Amino acid sequence: MSDRVSIQVHVNGKEREVQSGLSVHELVESLDLNPRLIVVELNREILSRDQFKDVQVSEGDAVELVHFVGGG
Amino acid sequence: MESSEVAVGRAVDGALTEPLRIADQEFDSRLFVGTGKYPDNETMVEAIRASGTAMVTVAVRRVDLDRTQSEGILFHLDPDEFFLLPNTAGCYTAEDAIRYARLARAAGFTEWLKLEVIGDETTLVPDTQATLEAAETLVAEGFNVMAYTNDDLVTALRLEDVGCVAVMPLASPIGSGLGIVNPYFIREIKRRCDVPIIVDAGVGTASDACVAMEQGVDGVLMNTAIATATDPVTMAHAMRLATQSGRLAYLAGRMEAREIGIPSSPTRGMLD
Repeated sequence: MSDRVSIQVHVNGKEREVQSGLSVHELVESLDLNPRLIVVELNREILSRDQFKDVQVSEGDAVELVHFVGGG
Repeated sequence: MESSEVAVGRAVDGALTEPLRIADQEFDSRLFVGTGKYPDNETMVEAIRASGTAMVTVAVRRVDLDRTQSEGILFHLDPDEFFLLPNTAGCYTAEDAIRYARLARAAGFTEWLKLEVIGDETTLVPDTQATLEAAETLVAEGFNVMAYTNDDLVTALRLEDVGCVAVMPLASPIGSGLGIVNPYFIREIKRRCDVPIIVDAGVGTASDACVAMEQGVDGVLMNTAIATATDPVTMAHAMRLATQSGRLAYLAGRMEAREIGIPSSPTRGMLD
């Protein structure tokens, strides 16, 4: 696998070009987000936080990054 | 405020300090508040403190990646200080609500959930069938489900049957501020269910919260009435007092209403 190749992933509904081989943890940090304050769903499967470093994003993956906001 | 609280508390045998128990948890307030629509986060936190609430709802949403600094509510509300109750607001199907519920639990600090499945975009009234379906699944997955529902007795009983820890009938549509439109059915739901009944949605001002509590329910949940008041912090305080007043009035046992005037002063002993 080459680190140089970039891939397309869907992050929160938008196409995003990221480096091939990027882990979920690296993706989250590259977006300036605190991994402890968000929840990640990868292709409709929720990832536990201890999976963030082990799971890599692949071409065409659908990633949802969610958190808590104000609501009633 | 403190002295009057102590005095009335004594008069009805500590009613104001008696905790509300939901599932295995005790709450020292019967007012539950939301965190949406506040002008700013500082006002929100101050209003939440002024309300004296024991439970605070939050919503699950995508992180807004277009902002330079995307702040979640956990930047402002510490789950160790506030009992946070994630909701499934905005979901229109059981499947979506279950998805949001699982995401909320994956945040890692609560198994509690305010289940909400909307059935109609205009009134935001719940889809009771989908709510029941989602409740059954989520209870089986170990969630403590507090189910937002219509002021419908049969649905309330079924939600209790499937294992919800509280049933939360609406006073009137979410965000409407219309108050309790059907007090009879709120009372009947309270009479017939064993789990705590929390009136959720529709409160507009303090008297609405008071009237809700006077029906004998266990608590009241609101967001818009506080958050969109001209002065949310003062309104939060008013809601705290109104919730306590309504509770006390219910426990005190109101007089019978009659459509006739009956003198309060003796009719005998009048001068010739």
